[in-house]
Amino acid sequence: MAAPMLRGVSPVRRWSLAWVDGGSRHRRTSPNGSTSNRIREQSSVAQQPLHTAQKPRKGGHKWAAVVGLEIHAQISSNSKLFSGSQVSFTAPPNSLVSFFDASLPGTLPVLNRRCVEAAVMTGLALNCRINKKSLFDRKHYFYADLPAGYQITQQRLPIAANGSLSYGVFVGNRWSHMATKTVRIKQIQLEQDSGKSLHDDLRSQTLIDLNRAGVGLLEVVMEPDLSCGEEAAAVVKELQLILQALGTSQANMAEGQLRVDANISVHHPGEPLGIRTEVKNLNSIRFLARAIDHEIQRQINELESGGEILNETRSFDPKLGCTVPMRDKEGKQDYRFMPEPNLPPLVLYDTASLPAGADSQQVINIDQIRDALPELPSATRKRLVQQYGMLPEHSFALLNEAGLLQFFQNVMKETRAEPKKVTSWVLNTLLGYLKHHNLAVSESPITPSALAGLLDLLDSKAISSSAAKQVFEELWKGEAKTAAQIVSEKQLELMQDQEALERLCQSMMEGHPQVVTVAGGAGPSHLSS
Amino acid sequence: MAARAVWLAFRGGLGRRQAFSTKANVQGSGRITVEVIEHLERLALVDFGSREAVARLEKAVAFADRLREVDTDGVEPMESVLEDRCLYLRSDNVAEGNCAEELLQNSHRVMEEYFVAPPGNISLPKLDKQESFLHS
Repeated sequence: MAAPMLRGVSPVRRWSLAWVDGGSRHRRTSPNGSTSNRIREQSSVAQQPLHTAQKPRKGGHKWAAVVGLEIHAQISSNSKLFSGSQVSFTAPPNSLVSFFDASLPGTLPVLNRRCVEAAVMTGLALNCRINKKSLFDRKHYFYADLPAGYQITQQRLPIAANGSLSYGVFVGNRWSHMATKTVRIKQIQLEQDSGKSLHDDLRSQTLIDLNRAGVGLLEVVMEPDLSCGEEAAAVVKELQLILQALGTSQANMAEGQLRVDANISVHHPGEPLGIRTEVKNLNSIRFLARAIDHEIQRQINELESGGEILNETRSFDPKLGCTVPMRDKEGKQDYRFMPEPNLPPLVLYDTASLPAGADSQQVINIDQIRDALPELPSATRKRLVQQYGMLPEHSFALLNEAGLLQFFQNVMKETRAEPKKVTSWVLNTLLGYLKHHNLAVSESPITPSALAGLLDLLDSKAISSSAAKQVFEELWKGEAKTAAQIVSEKQLELMQDQEALERLCQSMMEGHPQVVTVAGGAGPSHLSS
Repeated sequence: MAARAVWLAFRGGLGRRQAFSTKANVQGSGRITVEVIEHLERLALVDFGSREAVARLEKAVAFADRLREVDTDGVEPMESVLEDRCLYLRSDNVAEGNCAEELLQNSHRVMEEYFVAPPGNISLPKLDKQESFLHS
C-alpha cells in the first residue's frame, strides 16, 4: 500500500438565492452529541452486499459500505409543538409566528397533545418500546433561523426506542423477486423545527422567515444497517407510506415535510468501520439513492488511491450528480445539552397504570392509541396477496403510487373480471399511460368505472384484447363515453354469429386465392392475415 | 467519592466532552485555562473581558463544588425540580400568530416582512489575532 496522501478537498462555496435549511448546517454530529471521527466499534457487522471498486488494485479486496439514516418528519398537526401558531406550508412570511416562536422574553413552551399522540403512533407502528417517561432537553447552537439560540429536543430519554422497520428490496434481476429486510430503529424523538433562511447574495444578507420555527418534528434515528442507495430508498419509501397511513406526517419530501440525512462510510469486511461523512440536501427518493451510491463510490475511489476520508458534511448537488463539501467554519460542534428547565418529564400511561379519575385531555393512554392504529402498509400488502392472489411485487407497486390502490379497489368493486386481469390492466396499462403522460392517479382521464366497464366487456368475450387496447386509447381522451359506447361506435365487437363468420372467411379466401395456395399446407396460423 | 461519580455520570449522560471544573480540581489551584475561556466565549458569546471576570468564574465553580460534600449514596438524581409536576398538554388548536408587524418591529433590519440577518455566522476572531488580557 502506498503511503497515504492527504488530498485536499476544495470547498465549494454554495451560496445562492435558494431556500436553505439553515439549522441543518450545524447538525454534523449524531443526536447524542458525540462526534466519532475515529474508527467506531460495532458489535456485529450485518450481512451486506459488497461493492467492487471500479479499478481494483493488485490483490485488492472487496469493499462494504455502511449507511445510517437520520430522518426528520414534520408532524401533521394544526398548531406547533410548543405554541398555538398555525402549521402551514404557504403563508406570508412571519405571519404564523407567535411570541414564543420568535423567542421573546417571558414566553414558555406548552406541549401540543396531538404531537405526542403522533409520536406514540409512529413509535408503535415501528415496533418501538414507548418510554412511559421521556425528557426534553435544549440543544444550543447559534444561527439566525433559531431565534432562541437552542432547539428543544429529546436527547437524554426520547419518547420511543429500539424498534424496527421491514422493507422490500428487489433481488436478482429487476422486478422479478422481492425479499424482506429489516432496519433497526434506534430511537424516535420529538423536537422543534427551525425557521427558514433565504440567502440573498446580491445584498450579502440572509432573509429569515420564522413560519416554520417551532413546528413539531419526529426525528427517526436508524442504526447503520443499510449498505447501498437502493436499500436506503426502499426504507425511506416504506417510512413515508407508514407515516401517511398513520396520518402523523404527510411526508412529502419535495415540500420539506420529510428530510433525510445519510451517514456513509466504507470498509473492508472484517476490518473496523471507516470514517463516515454526512450527506445532506436529499430532496427526493431518487436523489437519495444516487447521492448515497455516489458517495460510497467517491469514498472507495479516494481510499483506493491512497487518500483519506474526512469526517465532514457534504451536500448533494443534483445538477452535478455528486456530493460536495459544505463549507463549515465552525469546527466540531459542542451543543451543550442541558435539561429543558421549563418542562417536566412527559409521562405516558397504559390501561393498567392510568390514574383513576384523570382528565382524559391530560393523559395519554398508549393502549388506546395502539388499538386505534390504522392498517399499516405491510398488513395491506399481505391482505392484497391473500385476498386477490397477486404477487408481492404487485402489492408493492399498488401501494407505492399514491391513489392507485384506491383506484384498483374501486375497479374491483364494479367489475366481474378476475383480480389477475384487473391487476395487470391497472399496473401495466393504466400506470404505463399515467407515467408516460406524467400524471398522478388523481389526474387520470379514465375513471375506475370506465375501466371496470371495459374489463367487463373483455371478460364476457365481447371484444378481443387488442380491441380492448384500442378502447382504452379512446377512453384516455376523457370524453365521458363508456367502453360499451366506444365499442359500438367503432364496431369493435367480436363477431359472435357462427354463420356470418364462416361466410366472411369464405369470401376472404375467394378474394385472395394466391394466399390460400401458399397457406395450403401451412396450417391455421396463416389465416389471421 | 460517590457524589462525584454520580455527577460525572450525569454530565457524561448529557453528552458533554469535558467537565472543566474537574480539570480545575485536578490542577488543584482552581485555575481555569485559556482554552476553556476561549471555548466558552465562542459557545455562549459571553465576554470574559477581564481577569476579574475569570476569577469570579473560578470562585463560582469552587462554590458549586461544595455540593460534593453532600453524601448522595443510593440517592436517585433528580431530572429537574419540576419532575413531580404534571406536564400540561395543550389541545391542537390555532390560537396565536398573525402578528408579523409587531414582531418585525423588534428587528434592526427588515426587508418585506423578512428579518434580515448577516449572510452566515460571523466567526469570532482567533485568539492570536486579538489582544488577550490573559496573555498580557
